[in-house]
Amino acid sequence: MGDREPTIIAFVCNWCTYTAADLAGTSRLVQPPNVRMIRMMCTGMIDTKYVIKALLEGADAVLISGCHPGDCHYINGNLKARRRVRLLKEILPRFGIDERRLKMTWIGASEGIDFANTVKELVAEIKQLGLNDLRQKMIL
Amino acid sequence: MARAAKISVKDRNPVLSFQEFLKALLATGQVGAVLVPQHLAAKSAVMPTLVTDPEKLGEADPFAPAFPMNAARLLARLTRKPTGGLVAAVLRPCEIRAFVELVKLKQGSLDEVLLIGADCSGAFGNTDYAGYAGSRGIESTLKFHADLPGQAEADGVGLSPACKACEYPVAENADLMVCTFGMDVFDSMVVKANTPRGEEVLEKMKLPEATLPASRDEAVAAVIAARTAYRDRMFQETSDATADIEKLMSYLSNCVNCYNCRVACPVCYCRECVFLTDVFDHEPEQYLRWAKRKGVIKMPTDTVFFHLTRLAHMSTACIGCGQCSNACPNNVPVMELFRTVAHYTQRAFQYNAGAGIEDEPPLSVFREREFPEVTGGKE
Repeated sequence: MGDREPTIIAFVCNWCTYTAADLAGTSRLVQPPNVRMIRMMCTGMIDTKYVIKALLEGADAVLISGCHPGDCHYINGNLKARRRVRLLKEILPRFGIDERRLKMTWIGASEGIDFANTVKELVAEIKQLGLNDLRQKMIL
Repeated sequence: MARAAKISVKDRNPVLSFQEFLKALLATGQVGAVLVPQHLAAKSAVMPTLVTDPEKLGEADPFAPAFPMNAARLLARLTRKPTGGLVAAVLRPCEIRAFVELVKLKQGSLDEVLLIGADCSGAFGNTDYAGYAGSRGIESTLKFHADLPGQAEADGVGLSPACKACEYPVAENADLMVCTFGMDVFDSMVVKANTPRGEEVLEKMKLPEATLPASRDEAVAAVIAARTAYRDRMFQETSDATADIEKLMSYLSNCVNCYNCRVACPVCYCRECVFLTDVFDHEPEQYLRWAKRKGVIKMPTDTVFFHLTRLAHMSTACIGCGQCSNACPNNVPVMELFRTVAHYTQRAFQYNAGAGIEDEPPLSVFREREFPEVTGGKE
């Protein structure tokens, strides 16, 4: 059957990146179908354990994307999310999980093209990096 | 200028002399109660007690090499709301640092507490202490301090690894510091006031003035150097032992998800941990689906997930007291893992858990412009 395609879990905020993804769709932009979208009201409510769970269960990458600083619908949830991502990028590599498997970016509501490009780049990057081999393993 | 006073030791018994100090403290009426470890009737346990009657301090022993629990959470309970009086708390340096973290996390308050921190020579694990002390109570403490430094090993029992790796043996952030390093603890101790509140209390006790001997700085530096060296070796060994998920699973293979480490952790403060909620009460079908997908699953599930999540949640507040390992029934080296990861996560945010009360916990604050590398250069 050939190689499995990467599975990417995307936590996106309702007001900006989700809208951008919708715009990318309605604009008929071509993008890989690898992303599983999880819509949150704000990236600030993404607890670190959601990311950990996704990667331990075999997601090949996790994308977190929200409003640009200054544009957050909840004022500063995006800035809080950045701190948590920084924390995870310190912890995960200590256990052999490549930090490139966790990507954070800001994509505004009108940036459908940016969203499509981000997904393309991330899929290509993960194919280069290799799939997450935790998917099939027994994890304690 | 910081003020210091002398406690003369009578009959070469520093424990009894320190009890006299605490009795005098209660008698002056400056504090309404004292939180201090005492030998319980069985004598093999030293537990925190809250004392209001000076006559009930007869078994108080903050110098015992026993550390059954970190009292920071207890002190947080006492200071959650105002009570109108001062409580003195005789704590180890790491308990004070844990309490400072709890105050930052809004679990307690410094407003009505007098922190008294004694120089810490370390402690045994719970089972080791019971073997070492037997029922000899205060006598075993005197033996411990007479045998220092390092001769406790000769009894076949070592200090707990957390104490060997602790580079904070003196309580710089206490109101009153009980100084014993660099001097003969069987002859005298010095109590040094580090804060205005400490100075005020000491002034009213009318003890003879004292100065810290020059040898103290040297002695403290030597302790810190030895422990830092042990700590750095521990960091390297633990990093090597957990360098990928397979190794981490090996490391945690004895874990049975009892969550004792979370209960014992002084800074793991959530009233209801998510791991005890219905979120982890999986449907039977879910277990079977997982087993079918992977061919085999270990039960109970979510062991590595639990520890990684707790690392993400609490490592920036970890002060390395070692109670997680003390509480582990299967001897998983939890302290080594948490202390190592905490070192790196705190460094990432330039944060030192338990230091000044004015430092904000890393996940409680943010700056508008920081960590551009996290978002691929987009500011």
